[in-house]
Amino acid sequence: MKRLAPLLGPATVLSLAVTFVMGLWLTPPDVVQGQLVRLLYVHPALAWVALYVSFATTTIASALYLWPRTRTMTMDRVAYCAMEVSIVFIALTLITGSLWGRPAWGVWWAWDARLTATAIMLILELGYLALRRANDDAKVRARRSAVFGILIALNVPIIHFAVQWWKTLHQPATVLSNSGKVTVHGSMLWTLLLSFVAFTLLFFWLLRARYRLENQREHRRDAGLATVLEQRQREGL
Amino acid sequence: MSTPVVRLRNAVVVQSHFPLLSGVDLDLEPGSLTLLTGPNGAGKTSLLRLLGGLVPLTSGEATVLGHDLSGGDARWLRRRVGWLGHEASFYQDLTVRQNLVFAARALERPLEAINPALERVGLEARGDVTTRLLSAGQRRRVALAWLLIRRAELWLLDEPYASLDDEGRVFFDQLLADVQAAGATIVMSAHDPLRSLTLAPTLIRLVGGRVVPS
Amino acid sequence: MIAVAWLVARKDLAIELRSRVLLWQVVPFGLLALLLAGLALGPSLAGHSSSAPGLFYLVTLFTALLMVARSQAVEHTPGTRASVATLGLDPAGVFLGKSFALMIELWVTGLVLLAGTVVLLHTSLVGTVHALPSVLLALGALACAGTLYGALTAGVDGPATLLPVLALPAFAPLLVAGERSFSAALHGGGLWEWWVIVTVTLVGYLAAGILLYGVLEES
Repeated sequence: MKRLAPLLGPATVLSLAVTFVMGLWLTPPDVVQGQLVRLLYVHPALAWVALYVSFATTTIASALYLWPRTRTMTMDRVAYCAMEVSIVFIALTLITGSLWGRPAWGVWWAWDARLTATAIMLILELGYLALRRANDDAKVRARRSAVFGILIALNVPIIHFAVQWWKTLHQPATVLSNSGKVTVHGSMLWTLLLSFVAFTLLFFWLLRARYRLENQREHRRDAGLATVLEQRQREGL
Repeated sequence: MSTPVVRLRNAVVVQSHFPLLSGVDLDLEPGSLTLLTGPNGAGKTSLLRLLGGLVPLTSGEATVLGHDLSGGDARWLRRRVGWLGHEASFYQDLTVRQNLVFAARALERPLEAINPALERVGLEARGDVTTRLLSAGQRRRVALAWLLIRRAELWLLDEPYASLDDEGRVFFDQLLADVQAAGATIVMSAHDPLRSLTLAPTLIRLVGGRVVPS
Repeated sequence: MIAVAWLVARKDLAIELRSRVLLWQVVPFGLLALLLAGLALGPSLAGHSSSAPGLFYLVTLFTALLMVARSQAVEHTPGTRASVATLGLDPAGVFLGKSFALMIELWVTGLVLLAGTVVLLHTSLVGTVHALPSVLLALGALACAGTLYGALTAGVDGPATLLPVLALPAFAPLLVAGERSFSAALHGGGLWEWWVIVTVTLVGYLAAGILLYGVLEES
């Protein structure tokens, strides 16, 4: 795994570049949506990363932190970094959704089920960051964040179905219909699938970079703590 | 030689990136009376809180009443210590009696012990008064009444003489003598060591979050 | 666990009975919010019962926030936390007890606010009575969720502002399900999916609270 890690950056850049070339130039415009269809190679992949990949990462890391046998600060850091990156993806999902909604629905914001649910999720994730900032002590912060991470996960299906049953304008599932039939074909399908791979790789690349940064910060804090501990002990001399 | 009630080795407690305790070594025998002294911010309250399982141990070794403090859940230990903090105890909107009934039920102590305890601390006429309406000294006596009902193995008293009048202090000295005679271990902090020398405590001086020679 | 829950619930209700915060502060706030909501809608919509379920639940959510904050504040007055911690209460029992007491308080407030919607927002009495079971269930779920979010924000810097940020988005499904079921009771329509949402929320938060409240108490 460690040997493959340095390849993550180049693989991400390459897959994103190919996705953009195929999405912008090699695939045809849609019969109904015209050039607007090119958002299909960005928006669903962003949503996939924001609502599934990053979220699953935070939830699993939070659960592992809460489980006494696997409780380490590494799990807390992974959960936190994944949540931060998730916020970027979820915000981009909303922005690209809004860009698509303006010509399709005639408004920047519609009271669509998925759009509303995604906006609520974004606010919950921002709340996660606010909760972390409100707790100074590392262990207290880690415990509370892990609990909130799990509570957000509990909310995902509830919010999804509540808003879905409330009202939906959103297009039905794009790649696979509810009956399991493939609804996108040819170069469009391959570009769409590649976009999922590319944005998933981008997520893990960003997560790795963010985690390394957080690790360095923690090491600096630990080094600072050793100095403070020494100073404190010297008070007694 | 009996097993120590408290055994600390290089105990460090860090909160919000500040070392409250910076490496404490301490052994306390059963039935001992220990007085923690030291300037403000020396770590007296933090040490008492560590012994009560109220703050987590960051590093080092700590065993209290046979419970390893690095082992996680401190609930078992908390149920065995008597705590008297700086502030008033329990709920300000409940009456004195309601508070004591709540605490006694929580620890399955007999409710019949409440009236004698209130009498002993001189609050028999204040049982139905809302705790919020009591003076600081009276609230301190409520906490003492609870300690009498509780009968803990280890008493942790943070500045117990604060807010007590002379009569209260004399009463408190007598109470400590009785508790010690009954075999409980007492650790207390105080700014005024002379006050407690009548009880011949072991003096422990804390500075900078560590025990230093007196 | 049940014995601790009962002890804690009785204690919280006794605190409420003595302090009367619910009676003198929360209920008047709720009624005032209903009145202001009517004013905000304007004269043509204020007396229209179609907006009443949504307004009822919106006001209930805000009053619930006040009650959640109050329920945690009594545990965090100086000195209370340490002295109660040395009682070593079972955290799952504490969660259940606090949730139960909060549910009773929310039910009382909810009943007053329901009467307010009948009088101020002209909902039919029969329809409102039909909505009562779903309202009571939704408020039960709200109490469990509120107790957890309250513990999550208790003792931090700025709990008064952090609590709404964390809790309100999570309360959104209850707002949706409650409003829809109340509307269905008033005007007819399907109900089952809203019962599913509320029941799943209630069970989910009950389970989460029993499992996780101890982690929050430790911190």
